Amino acid sequence: MAFLELNDVRKVFALQTAVDNFNLHVEQGEFISFLGPSGCGKTTTLRMIAGFEHPTTGQIRLGNNDVTARPPNQRNMGMVFQSYALFPHMSVADNIAFGLTIARTPARETKKRVGEMLALIKLEALADRYPYQISGGQQQRVALARAIVIRPQVLLLDEPLSALDAKIRDSLRVEIRAIQRQLGITTIYVTHDQEEAFSLSDRIVVMNAGRIEQVGTPFEIYNFPRTAFAASFVGTLNVFPATVVDAAAGRIMVDNIALTTEAITTAGVGQQINVALRPEMISLNESERHDGDNQLTCVVENITFRGSIVRVQVRLGNQSLLVDEFNRPDLNVPQTGHQIVLSFPRNACLVLG
Amino acid sequence: MLKKRASGSAWSWLWFALGAAYFIIPLYATVDFSLRAKRGELSLLAYANVLKDPRFGETFLFSAEMSLLTIVTGIILIVPTAYWIHIRLPKLRPVMEFITLLPFVVPAVVLVFGLIRIYSHPPFMLVSSPALLVAAYLVLALPYLYRSVDTGLRSIDIRSLTEAAQSLGATWPTIIIRVILPNLRASILSGAFVTFAIVMGEFTMASLLVWPAFGPYMDLLSSSKIYEPSALAVISFALTWGTTAAIQLLSRRIPGQAPMAGLK
Ligand SMILES: Nc1ncnc2c1ncn2[C@@H]1O[C@H](COP(=O)(O)OP(=O)(O)OP(=O)(O)O)[C@@H](O)[C@H]1O
Ligand SMILES: [Mg+2]
Repeated sequence: MAFLELNDVRKVFALQTAVDNFNLHVEQGEFISFLGPSGCGKTTTLRMIAGFEHPTTGQIRLGNNDVTARPPNQRNMGMVFQSYALFPHMSVADNIAFGLTIARTPARETKKRVGEMLALIKLEALADRYPYQISGGQQQRVALARAIVIRPQVLLLDEPLSALDAKIRDSLRVEIRAIQRQLGITTIYVTHDQEEAFSLSDRIVVMNAGRIEQVGTPFEIYNFPRTAFAASFVGTLNVFPATVVDAAAGRIMVDNIALTTEAITTAGVGQQINVALRPEMISLNESERHDGDNQLTCVVENITFRGSIVRVQVRLGNQSLLVDEFNRPDLNVPQTGHQIVLSFPRNACLVLG
Repeated sequence: MLKKRASGSAWSWLWFALGAAYFIIPLYATVDFSLRAKRGELSLLAYANVLKDPRFGETFLFSAEMSLLTIVTGIILIVPTAYWIHIRLPKLRPVMEFITLLPFVVPAVVLVFGLIRIYSHPPFMLVSSPALLVAAYLVLALPYLYRSVDTGLRSIDIRSLTEAAQSLGATWPTIIIRVILPNLRASILSGAFVTFAIVMGEFTMASLLVWPAFGPYMDLLSSSKIYEPSALAVISFALTWGTTAAIQLLSRRIPGQAPMAGLK
């Protein structure tokens, strides 16, 4: 039995189904990210966990209790909003103390715990300031402290960093993760930024159009995406249609070019499948070639320098392929219009459902 | 460019002077007239007469009391209503705005006759109760109170604040008292001030419901005396300005609000 469970949760608004067939089991202390494009239902799902929206059907369980019908003020969940949502008329210290005051915590303990929180977010010096007197990054740290001082069972964050500029975003991200680890709070983090999701999470829930596409560790999501959507949403990807020639041997045809993948279990001979290939898995270097690797002869179309990598766009039949090479001084940069041979191991081909 | 700006500012000064004259000349004339109760010299005789009259104090206190009751009832009724409409029933907002405009469309005389007709028979015998007067004042004050509260609600992220408070365990009454009201202090104060001014000067309702209020007293005085009405006018003007100044000072001291600009 998991700590937080969403069982068959579905949410229908007047005009559309925002969340459908949502099943997720979260273990205590886990850091989970909801990752997906705008409008895919991340916020709606988070708000159902918080109790601000009621599932049309389905069940939400927390620590072995059904909390589906429990109002938000009895769920003991900390919430951090994109807009900070600090109480403008209260000082930083009073904002953090709000939840404790509501729970009628004795004044001395309140003071002690607020002090601990201020130390945790390193804002002791600003305890008496009002929200309008501190920066956005500081406001969001106060909002985080306010949410965790009540020792919530679950911490919910809805794109908490997207209103901040890049530098603060990175440092605060590290801070959030450190605090979460230190306190062991079960956390759900909504974002549409894959870098955020990858660097923070124990597991990522990739969502699209109200449904879960895939749940897995960052490593699994990146290296073994199970759907075309998950594959293309995460990182850059070459996706092309192929026909299965021999499923067990992993032989397929792409535009009359024969390729070999790992054994295919999801499709039979003659069926159409989608095959994905990460640009960094393809090599232009003869020395990196091994026996049994796929080899293709292509024409170079375009070359882009992107700092640490060089991106080469090549043409293969009707397909355009992207190839990423690490930028090294000894890199043999191909020339536009020239023919080159590229190679990739058979396990680099991801067969998508 | 410079010349243009100079002539622009000359024009604005002209308009400002005209506008100021429109207010200041009658005021000056009233003050001047109120000081001439004694022939041939300037004196405060008219003011002394006004203040000596016990009815001045009585009616003023009565009206002040009524306006306070109106303000308190108004806040209790309007703040939760406006708040609820904001977060739960935004579709009702145009309806509510239309309702708050009704006092401008229905003349006070019509309204008060309607009230008398309905509340002078059983089961509602309320014509002689001050509650009816307060209720009637509330109708007059509704547009100003509701609109200032509504503006206040618009200027803060009311939904996120509510949800933040809820997730921290707060119940509805707690949210309204500890989160919403404190953030509406400035707008409630300005609505309260307008209500105060309206009730203090209101004539029709008070006189038709036969209450010893300040408005009917001013009217009575001006039909029976010469210099005293002017003195009374100056006094009530000063009181009005005093209240405005007090409210300005109070709202500037509200914590959590950037000076002048309010919230971002
Ligand atoms: N209160 C509502 N009434 C009607 N439709 C809604 C409501 N809230 C959300 N929706 C719809 O449900 C869908 C999912 O919305 P949601 O806010 O969960 O998306 P999201 O994944 O958080 O997107 P974003 O990244 O833009 O925040 C959207 O199409 C949205 O228009
Ligand atoms: Mg969202």
